[in-house]
Amino acid sequence: MSSIIKIAGRGVPLRGNDIDTDRIIPARFLRCVTFDGLGEHAFADDRSQLKAAGQLHPFSNPEYAGASVLVVGSNFGCGSSREHAPQSLQKWGVRAIIGESFAEIFFNNNIAIGVPCLSLSAADIDSLQGLIEDKPMLEVEIDLAAGSVIAADFSFKIKMPEAARQMFVRGQWDATGQLLTNLGKVRTRAAQIPYLNKFTP
Amino acid sequence: MSRGTLFDKVWKLHSIDQLEGGQTQLFIGLHLIHEVTSPQAFAMLRELDLKVAFPGNTLATVDHIVPTEDQTRPFADSLAEEMLQALEENTAASGIQLYNVGSGKQGVVHIIAPELGLTQPGMTVACGDSHTATHGAFGAVSFGIGTSQVRDVLATQTLAMDPLKVRRVEVNGALSSGVFAKDVILHIIRHLGVKGGAGYAYEFAGTCIDAMTMEERMTICNMAIEGGARCGYINPDQTTFDYLRGREFAPQGDIWQQAEDWWRNIASDSDADYDDLVIFDAAEISPTLTWGITPGQALGLDETLPAIENYAVDEQDLIRQAYDYMDLKPGQSMLGLPIDVVFIGSCTNGRLSDLREVAKICELHGGKVPTQIKTVVVPGSEAVKAAAEAEGLDQIFIKHGFDWRNAGCSMCLAMNPDKLVGRQICASTSNRNFKGRQGSPAGRTLLMSPAMAALTALEGKISDVRPLLHKEVQS
Repeated sequence: MSSIIKIAGRGVPLRGNDIDTDRIIPARFLRCVTFDGLGEHAFADDRSQLKAAGQLHPFSNPEYAGASVLVVGSNFGCGSSREHAPQSLQKWGVRAIIGESFAEIFFNNNIAIGVPCLSLSAADIDSLQGLIEDKPMLEVEIDLAAGSVIAADFSFKIKMPEAARQMFVRGQWDATGQLLTNLGKVRTRAAQIPYLNKFTP
Repeated sequence: MSRGTLFDKVWKLHSIDQLEGGQTQLFIGLHLIHEVTSPQAFAMLRELDLKVAFPGNTLATVDHIVPTEDQTRPFADSLAEEMLQALEENTAASGIQLYNVGSGKQGVVHIIAPELGLTQPGMTVACGDSHTATHGAFGAVSFGIGTSQVRDVLATQTLAMDPLKVRRVEVNGALSSGVFAKDVILHIIRHLGVKGGAGYAYEFAGTCIDAMTMEERMTICNMAIEGGARCGYINPDQTTFDYLRGREFAPQGDIWQQAEDWWRNIASDSDADYDDLVIFDAAEISPTLTWGITPGQALGLDETLPAIENYAVDEQDLIRQAYDYMDLKPGQSMLGLPIDVVFIGSCTNGRLSDLREVAKICELHGGKVPTQIKTVVVPGSEAVKAAAEAEGLDQIFIKHGFDWRNAGCSMCLAMNPDKLVGRQICASTSNRNFKGRQGSPAGRTLLMSPAMAALTALEGKISDVRPLLHKEVQS
């Protein structure tokens, strides 16, 4: 398991709050048995609707092609628990998400696939999105050990639950290995849980 | 910090270890899987050369992609067929019970587990589906999870979880005639917000919740996730025990009394401490529906649509977007708004009592759905369908012009052939009104109770059930 401490790359700003996982990946693209190919469908409906209106969604904008740091508003990833949403963002190229806040299942799904979600205040998000919009080639540098985001002359202090931050820094973000180590304890506990054992006292 | 709540007790009982990252390894008593979020998890297991550790604690069904009209195999949609075949192969190879189409036990996963008596008080439940919150109605602690976590549960029967705070959400008093459990939960979300529950488990309580049936309680807990809570639950009581008694997987015979004693003890103590308390007055809740693009954008039928300036500055963009997408205007009333489609079903409102309510409205109204309105009535499970037909509800629906279908998730998220077209506007008993949720990228959804949806279908426009129910009381 590898540590994830520094992530540097160009940013892609996505304005708006309460962006749900149905919008990140519409349900019709969930008709599949693998996560392959989901990257091209990220924000499919928003992209085509904006295109029809003569506008460009950031994910369709060639200026942001190759970006790896997604910058979003509050309650990002709310709604359906579909891991297809973080998977599609990751496959599009997203390696970290900076937002005002995240829905919890989405946040945890991102931990499980090694994509840290970091928080900044609404004002800082607005500044960072503005910086990237002005200079799409700008390099955004995340340092999870230092707890900072640096872009041009700006330095932001990130907020992140300490446990989640440590998981990335120490390389413990994929919990499966640890969970498996305790399989013996799990079997012992299973034999003690009343509803699995005919409620015998 | 909370202390002595059902959540605290269940968490402690199921805690296996503190992980290095700081999370708790939590044992999962009941794991439910379906065809959308499990195939990749089984593939990950194969890649890691792992086996399912506790196949007897996982149950599978197929619900999201099931066609509700022609269910002949192979399904007309080859992708849907491929997903069901993957589920059939994965469950057969792992020794997991699958309730398939035609088994008599298939249905929306959150409907079948309770009706089979699988969901019980004091359990931990997990499923790769956010509406797993539903099972909290029984006093279970239930989590919607992603596919990597489904892999973890399959491999170890445990999850790495962060602890939660507990907010007690009390609703006290009696509901007025024409106000239902759906109105209560829409009202709660409207007032606490779609992210108000972040970091919390919601304990729904109070005299109004105590007086509810199990099916009503499931409607409440189902939408805890729409309020941003990680899970929602209601303490088990006599109503819970009466519902469970005699169900296939409920404790039988001599064990029953031991089970009931344990269930009573797992409920929150009368002197439990909570991290937060919010109190609602049931009498203040009116028939409620959503008008916008998040479940929190709701209003009572007696109100008019809010001015944009009424919202906090940072919310105003989203409100403008909602008005634009829905083609509605501040100051407008929702009453009388013409609709195109009515969907009755889903894990929120696809149970027998919901269908009875629809049938009752049909009979009180006496009319027929106008021909230009498309309706889809989808029972939550094969068992709900059989029970509804045994009561003759299907005949009432058909007589009044409703389209009666087979069990599945259907138009709640439109992964099957049931979809909105273009900018159609749908009165829906489901749980999400996100942009594009019902299958058309421009489709519009209004969430409401089954009674309001039924009358709206019959009238072809948003309608108030209260005068109709009032007339019934007088006659």
